[in-house]
Amino acid sequence: MELTLHVWRQDGPDSPGRMEIYKADDVSSDMSFLEMLDVVNERLLEEGKEPIAFDHDCREGICGTCSLMINGVAHGPEEGTTVCQLHMRKFKDGDSIYIEPWRARAFPILRDLVVDRGAFDRIIEAGGYVSVATGNAPDANTIPVNRDESEMAMDAAACIGCGACVASCPNGSAMLFVAAKVAHLGHLPQGQPERQKRVLAMVEQMDKEGFGYCTNHYECEAVCPKEIPRKFIAEMNRDYLKAGMAAE
Amino acid sequence: MKLDAKIPSGPIQEKWDRHRFELKLVNPANKRKYSVIVVGSGLAGGSAAATLGELGYHVDCFCYQDSARRAHSIAAQGGINAAKNYQNDGDSIWRLFYDTVKGGDFRAREANVYRLAQISNAIIDQCVAQGVPFGREYGGLLDNRSFGGAQVSRTFYARGQTGQQLLLGCYQALARQVNTGQVKMHVREEMLDLVLVNGRAVGIVTRNMVTGEIRKWVADAVVLATGGYSNAYYLSTNAKGCNTTAVWRAYKKGAVFANPCYTQIHPTGIPQHGEYQSKLTLMSESLRNDGRVWVPKEVGDKRAPGDIPEGERDYYLERIYPSFGNLAPRDVSSRAAKRMCDEGRGVGPGGRGVYLDFEDAIHRVGIDTVRARYGNLFHMYEKITGEDPYKVPMRIYPAPHYTMGGLWVDYNLMSTIPGLFVIGEANFSDHGANRLGASALMQGLADGYFVIPYTMGDFLAQNGPSGVSLDDPAFAETENEVRARIDRLLNIGGDRTPDNLHIELGKVMWDYCGMSRTKEGLEGALEKIPQIRQEFWENLKVVGNNESLNQTLEKAGRLADFMELSELMCRDALAREESCGGHFREEHQTEDGEAKRNDEDFSHVSVWEFKGEDQAPEMHKEALTFENCKPSIRSYK
Ligand SMILES: Cc1cc2nc3c(=O)[nH]c(=O)nc-3n(C[C@H](O)[C@H](O)[C@H](O)COP(=O)(O)OP(=O)(O)OC[C@H]3O[C@@H](n4cnc5c(N)ncnc54)[C@H](O)[C@@H]3O)c2cc1C
Ligand code: FES
Repeated sequence: MELTLHVWRQDGPDSPGRMEIYKADDVSSDMSFLEMLDVVNERLLEEGKEPIAFDHDCREGICGTCSLMINGVAHGPEEGTTVCQLHMRKFKDGDSIYIEPWRARAFPILRDLVVDRGAFDRIIEAGGYVSVATGNAPDANTIPVNRDESEMAMDAAACIGCGACVASCPNGSAMLFVAAKVAHLGHLPQGQPERQKRVLAMVEQMDKEGFGYCTNHYECEAVCPKEIPRKFIAEMNRDYLKAGMAAE
Repeated sequence: MKLDAKIPSGPIQEKWDRHRFELKLVNPANKRKYSVIVVGSGLAGGSAAATLGELGYHVDCFCYQDSARRAHSIAAQGGINAAKNYQNDGDSIWRLFYDTVKGGDFRAREANVYRLAQISNAIIDQCVAQGVPFGREYGGLLDNRSFGGAQVSRTFYARGQTGQQLLLGCYQALARQVNTGQVKMHVREEMLDLVLVNGRAVGIVTRNMVTGEIRKWVADAVVLATGGYSNAYYLSTNAKGCNTTAVWRAYKKGAVFANPCYTQIHPTGIPQHGEYQSKLTLMSESLRNDGRVWVPKEVGDKRAPGDIPEGERDYYLERIYPSFGNLAPRDVSSRAAKRMCDEGRGVGPGGRGVYLDFEDAIHRVGIDTVRARYGNLFHMYEKITGEDPYKVPMRIYPAPHYTMGGLWVDYNLMSTIPGLFVIGEANFSDHGANRLGASALMQGLADGYFVIPYTMGDFLAQNGPSGVSLDDPAFAETENEVRARIDRLLNIGGDRTPDNLHIELGKVMWDYCGMSRTKEGLEGALEKIPQIRQEFWENLKVVGNNESLNQTLEKAGRLADFMELSELMCRDALAREESCGGHFREEHQTEDGEAKRNDEDFSHVSVWEFKGEDQAPEMHKEALTFENCKPSIRSYK
């Protein structure tokens, strides 16, 4: 197929950006979206032009590195799919495709389609863990864990930290990301001792990083490539309230 | 060069305990006087950095991704082994030890493997305590699955995302140390060289991948945990950024390289679908618990799989290896798939594929159970191929996946450069000529959580601080070398892109140093690779500059090192005149096409020493002795 790409180009963090148009012909429907970009980039390079910078690594939908807005939708048109797992069979010959970076105050653009998601790391650093030093652990089967609770923890832990939730939220809120980590540890006995401290510290850091508030649009849930449910946000709100009251 | 593996004396069960007692300790107040560099934040590097931080050392940890949590360990699907024997099915530390040594085709060091099996149980305990949500039974206790090369169920898993969950556990431990200030995490910071002073590793030089700034870092010891080098083949199951640069630079500074030709070609990759393909995707080995592998009995049978009646299918793994069946080890299964395709019985485009069929499992346990076990893998398969594996069998084909070879280390995981430790996939230590499934995660975490914290302490206690500062001329010298290499890459001004050259190199490697190898082929590759390398240095095209985020420059730098490593891989494969594990020399096979080892002449680790740019490397040997597992013909029949 033949496609027209409108791509955000920006030379550096402080440079102005612009949309540029590229033709992508000879696109096979079996290609992944990123392979289609690879082909465009090879051609740009051959012409002596700088290829489009975009983040990616595993290309298996698990590392959370890839991060493109495609026609205004984080990770593009296929539900429950990262852009590296999106294939061109989802598009039609002659389509125009708009490709932009994640846009959020807390994710500054570094170049073209690459943004800085360091804020997510800092939120985890603020408290997204169980304080257990190596060597301290009892036998793994000492504490039985209710299977459903454990599965729930896993549903939340499936978050890949890609930031699509933030990019798609009109407020640039990171609630789904934070809620997923809070729920992952909150549904396990190992996470209980620090449960309240954790939610307070993580939410405080989230606010500091300049993420917006949640006003219940749930765009985050709609684009999440791991289909993390929004109910975790409600759970986090409860945890946060409880913890806040306990702290007072 | 004398290779001293420093294996402790005494019976194998007592070696590690005795060694730990004999190792020198750094007293708690003194630990804060020491600094350690850890390159890599995967399971090996992340667990090492977190644990060294907990102990009180100052740690600087580096990765090339934008977050420590994205190291390629995250992609591991199937699981992690441990000798818990929770299933009461006959497992033990001894059995895990034996299976791993046998799985490695008797080419690994017994003492290391035994230690790994011993530590395996503590890893599971640690991970559960961190909140890793492993799969559980209804009673609330941990569940296990089976993996290739073992007849017990000892693999712990978190759906098809085990690596992700283990890495998040380890990343969280790391984040806790970052929060306390014990560890400083440096992301998008690529190590480009190692700095030695008086022969001791004292620092590294990195490039900041956003600004291009070249930076120098000094420490009392350096740990490399930079993963494997399967991307030498261009197409592999590794992430696009996985590279050999850190270990290759260390090799060129004097760390010797062990068994570079031991690579693992995984039997269940999704077949390549086009020339533009950028990587291969793995379908976890755990699928072979329930999936049955088959090809048509007739050569050239082009019917759709559903139209081929039961009696005209060849379930060749079950036929040839009845006692392990579909769970035959990886090297054996991959070669069997290749043989089927070479016979003309392969399926799918180009006949390079075999079926992995779940029809029986769906009948036996129901579609819901199959979905619960493998749902995410089926989903991924469907996205990539556009086919629904609940209805038509998957098509799979072997894919480069893991490298057993790596920098040589002694029992303390230290390389031949004092102060340079190598852990995880980057070293060669535990898997011999073939790694069993679910053993890499175990090894990475064993090295990082439970080995290096002890052995690092011993090194620092014995050698004291390096006493070196960034003003040492060695730093300026190494920085200049790094800058010169970058300038050279930027200024070739040719017309071939890094990917284009990498594909050419990868093809040579796959054809001649892949699943099966011959003397003639390898000699041919050893002529071709220097030509491709010359073409690279004369005709490479990189645009842009160093002072910005420049992904073409990153690729070119990594490829330059793969170009050199590939040659060493072929050289090693040529020198090893036997077949063992993942290394299959066509000249050395049994009548029925199985690998034929030569213990008389090759029961050793091949260890290569860099001798200079235009010199042939020198090979040394570390003899392997087997006191506890008698080398036998490795039969899975
Ligand atoms: C698809 C897939 C599935 C797998 N499934 C399993 C499984 O089920 N069970 C199992 O046991 N094993 C599995 N493996 C193997 C296992 O995942 C790896 O061997 C293991 O995770 C490697 O861990 P590591 O810490 O050594 O390296 P990695 O996780 O690769 O980490 C390397 C680190 O080094 C950094 N780095 C690399 N080069 C540089 C540089 N030059 N400068 C700075 N930083 C650098 C990277 O940023 C990264 O942080 C699988 C592997 C793959 C590819
Ligand atoms: S590149 Fe890893 S999730 Fe897309």
